[in-house]
Amino acid sequence: MFVSYKWLQEYVNLSGITPDELAEKITRSGIEVEGVEVLNEGLKGVVIGHVLEREQHPNADKLNKCLVDIGEENPVQIICGAPNVDKGQKVAVATVGAVLPGNFKIKKAKLRGEESNGMICSLSELGIDGKLVAKEFSEGIFVFPNDVTVGEDALEKLQRDDQILELGLTANRGDCLSMLGVAYEVAAILNREVKLPNPTVKPIAEKATDYISIKVEANEDNPLYVAKVIKNVKIAPSPLWMQGRLMAAGIRPHNNVVDITNYILLEYGQPLHAFDYDRFGSKEILVRRAKAGEKIVTLDAAERILTEDHLVITNGIEPVALAGVMGGANSEVQADTTTVLLESAYFKGETVRKASKDHGLRSEASSRFEKGVDPNRVRAAAERAAELLALYASGEVLEGEAVVDTLQIDPAVISITLEKINRVLGTDISIQEVKSIFTRLQFETSVDHETITVTVPTRRGDITIAEDLIEEVARLYGYDHLPSTLPSGSSTPGHLTAYQQKRRAVRRYLEGAGLYQALTYSLTSEEKATQFALEIREPIKLAMPMSEDRSHLRLSIIPQLLEVVKYNVARQNDRVALYEAGPVFLANGTEELPDEKERLAGAITGVWEQHQWQGEKKEVDFFVLKGILEGLFAKLGFEQKIEYRQAIVEGMHPGRTAEVYLAGEKIGFVGQLHPTLQKEYDLKETYVFELCLEAILSEEVAPLQYQSIPRYPSITRDIALVVEKEKVAGELESIIVEAGGKLLKDVHVFDLYEGEHMEPGKKSIAYSLKYFDPEKTLTDEEVTKVHDKVLTAVKEKAGAVLRG
Amino acid sequence: MQERLKELQEEALQAVDAAADLKKLNDIRVSYLGKKGPITEVLKGMGKLSAEERPKMGALANEVRDLISSKIEEKQQALEAAAVEARLALETIDVTLPGRPVQTGNHHPLTRIVEEIEDLFIGMGYTVAEGPEVEKDYYNFEALNLPKSHPARDAQDSFYITEEILLRTQTSPVQARTMEKHGGKGPVKIICPGKVYRRDSDDATHSHQFMQIEGLVVDENIRMSDLKGTLELFAKKLFGEDREIRLRPSFFPFTEPSVEVDVSCFKCGGHGCNICKQTGWIEVLGSGMVHPNVLEMSGFDSKKYSGFAFGMGVERIAMLKYGIDDIRHFYTNDTRFIKQFKLN
Repeated sequence: MFVSYKWLQEYVNLSGITPDELAEKITRSGIEVEGVEVLNEGLKGVVIGHVLEREQHPNADKLNKCLVDIGEENPVQIICGAPNVDKGQKVAVATVGAVLPGNFKIKKAKLRGEESNGMICSLSELGIDGKLVAKEFSEGIFVFPNDVTVGEDALEKLQRDDQILELGLTANRGDCLSMLGVAYEVAAILNREVKLPNPTVKPIAEKATDYISIKVEANEDNPLYVAKVIKNVKIAPSPLWMQGRLMAAGIRPHNNVVDITNYILLEYGQPLHAFDYDRFGSKEILVRRAKAGEKIVTLDAAERILTEDHLVITNGIEPVALAGVMGGANSEVQADTTTVLLESAYFKGETVRKASKDHGLRSEASSRFEKGVDPNRVRAAAERAAELLALYASGEVLEGEAVVDTLQIDPAVISITLEKINRVLGTDISIQEVKSIFTRLQFETSVDHETITVTVPTRRGDITIAEDLIEEVARLYGYDHLPSTLPSGSSTPGHLTAYQQKRRAVRRYLEGAGLYQALTYSLTSEEKATQFALEIREPIKLAMPMSEDRSHLRLSIIPQLLEVVKYNVARQNDRVALYEAGPVFLANGTEELPDEKERLAGAITGVWEQHQWQGEKKEVDFFVLKGILEGLFAKLGFEQKIEYRQAIVEGMHPGRTAEVYLAGEKIGFVGQLHPTLQKEYDLKETYVFELCLEAILSEEVAPLQYQSIPRYPSITRDIALVVEKEKVAGELESIIVEAGGKLLKDVHVFDLYEGEHMEPGKKSIAYSLKYFDPEKTLTDEEVTKVHDKVLTAVKEKAGAVLRG
Repeated sequence: MQERLKELQEEALQAVDAAADLKKLNDIRVSYLGKKGPITEVLKGMGKLSAEERPKMGALANEVRDLISSKIEEKQQALEAAAVEARLALETIDVTLPGRPVQTGNHHPLTRIVEEIEDLFIGMGYTVAEGPEVEKDYYNFEALNLPKSHPARDAQDSFYITEEILLRTQTSPVQARTMEKHGGKGPVKIICPGKVYRRDSDDATHSHQFMQIEGLVVDENIRMSDLKGTLELFAKKLFGEDREIRLRPSFFPFTEPSVEVDVSCFKCGGHGCNICKQTGWIEVLGSGMVHPNVLEMSGFDSKKYSGFAFGMGVERIAMLKYGIDDIRHFYTNDTRFIKQFKLN
């Protein structure tokens, strides 16, 4: 809502308060003033001029040479390019020395050889948005009515010597979509009086009810409908001050009748509609729900197909307006209109909202009905409009009005104790202070001991419960004056759950291991939604996606990470190593919420280690990523329960991918991206993993327990085993571990050889075995005994022979 | 004999002096002091001396021997020291060359903010509550006092999957769920971080996915002044000790009274700059006293219990705190961006 500071002064005395101060006070009391616009900022030297002569510029087809009286001793010559400039017009002239928006200074000039002493201005040249300029002047200069005086300040005439407060209204404060509503608010804040307009209409003898009758078939949607009839209206431009106020409020002037309805909408917050009585098509207004498929052409010339959800005003036969949203073209007020049928009604917010949404039509009217208009202002607004139609459209107002009124108006009556107010706010306010706050708001009160009973005016439909009253007290008392305390009461231990703690530990570990945390979108394309998914279900699709690329919920994080890797590689960011922990979404049919499973995924590509001046460089490979995972499992304390099995996973390199098992359950995979996909993403060798985060964080591990430090030396034996090439190291290791028994403390691979000195089809794997007894120093014989068992076992179970 | 010894002494000392390395020195030791050395040779002639001269000569011989020996020792130490120095000189490196890099990653900036806020409130007795991102309309809206007909909800603004299921538009449903779980018994003190989704086109200031973090306290006798005190602590911790907060009345369907919270601008300190649009204040969060309808719907007796809630956009906080100009950076994951948030 754009609130004119000057206009507001008609209702509240603002003396001693600048627009900026007022804005600050309004903001601090609950309605955010998003800006204060000085309408004539950067403008000066624009006066009313009278075009005495106009002739074609001798050297330019599209220019006019004008002689303009600007109230100085002599008229001046001005060259003007506007197509509508003409002799006899009163116009806005930026005189020599004037400044226009954008610090555009007007100087004496020669245009195609002719002197020009100023500029005749269009409204947009004066800083008014072109969309708000009345149609007839939108392509040229603005022509003032004849009664303005030459030499006067043109900006003042246009109401531009004003400042506009832009209110950012929250959904509950529809009452401030009107000047009167704002006046009540400001009066309460400043503790001043509100002066309301007091319309006086002298009706003629004819009765409105002889001209029109009303029937409402949908009383719930439209409990109150008031129609007035105004005769002998002369359609003309509305007064300049009214046009100025409309434009400042963001409404384009049309003609006096339409402008008056809009002016009342701004003043009272009550949308009105003016029909041309002679074009209405009958003497009966019938308000009803539309029939399915029924059509109406609205004022914006669009044909709208209606449903039974939409409320329409009809002439008994066909719709003439989409109730509360927009009028119909068939009954529009036009230049030849003489009798106006004026509608002021109360339409239910939800009904209007539905129509406005279905037709994509948000009008000044619909937004007010949606938020709820004041039922007690419906008649008053009609009366005020009639007054203005008589004044500014020379209309004759018929006696009375046609009405259908089934509206029950029950103002909210709420009681609240002082104790409750102070308990909720943490304050120590007195009952007198509370009462005076409600008095400032013009809410009626009665006080019984420490209980105050408040009758809420109908204009404040947002106040329905005691807490709403507490808010009114708090905001006018001033949030600044509230004390600062901390919750007392029982203390609660603050902590992370074990799961949350471990999740943080996982993140810290991966970052310590060199990976950056990424955060990607949950929404992806249908195709990518299921790629790499550890568990596949039908991907979940949005009902109304904004694009194909963001239409489905992901079942794996890897496709999103690959996009990130691709982005970074394309920008030459070296060493791309990322991880993300977050949910994937597994559908459970359309009735139930999906299972959200947290996954941990990572991707690495490029150079892993680089020590430039020493000339060392290591590209990422499978074992870099596997090493990171091994470290993770060790950190979480269950590395012994992990197993890697060579596997085929779609999208992954068939020879370089392992599935990861935890205590026999598959929890994820790690490996190289399939070369075909690598190519698609423009990537070099890229390695990825995805794990069920919940599985690894929920795995039970033995509580920490100190193990005594070995007091006896250990004995190490190295062996190189020659086996078939297909034999995997993991298998050999399990055989060794099993045969080594409890004396074998550690076994690890320290060499792998597949070169020319091997028999074809064979390879050699070298293991280092560490034997140790916590109770005593092992003898050579004891070690040899176990070690021989190991050698026998690998020979028998894996055909491994010691390399000679 | 005496002369012979003096001669030998002179000769040996010259040789020691001339010895260039330890091997030479050892040869000298062996040749002069060894059992077959010249001094031993000389002493063999002692028998020919008188009983008077014999001890004198013996003493002289020992003197010569000791002198040579100590000179050798001296020389040896000098040679050894020189050898160490030579080796050290050889081993000298250029310490200004770069070290072997240890590569570490780091948190995403949003996680950084979230954890900072979590930790602050954990210290004040809160726990961290989480909930589903795909949510029932009931928890996302209805339980928060936003019935189906409420003007503040618009299907156009939410990603619905079915009529009753949508991507949550706020983290507030976690509040509703947590309260429900408490079965009408306080205290509830939670902080809820999480991703939320709105049907917005992505641009510099909008993102269809973003993060929120919310707090909720429900107990007997929770006052609006408690909210104010809590938020003051929060603002000082997150934005600096010098920060002040300003509460403005506002409107949210799930709180009454509702409060919008501004923090004094942390760039200009409140004098006015481009960050605070010359106002000296920056809007950082929304909050209020939990609406009695919300308490009742979640099973709390609103006559006995009261509460406050607050919530903020994590991206906004990060953008303000670190001067980030485009929300899309958070989801592009350019490593040049993420790397800037190293220190955890």
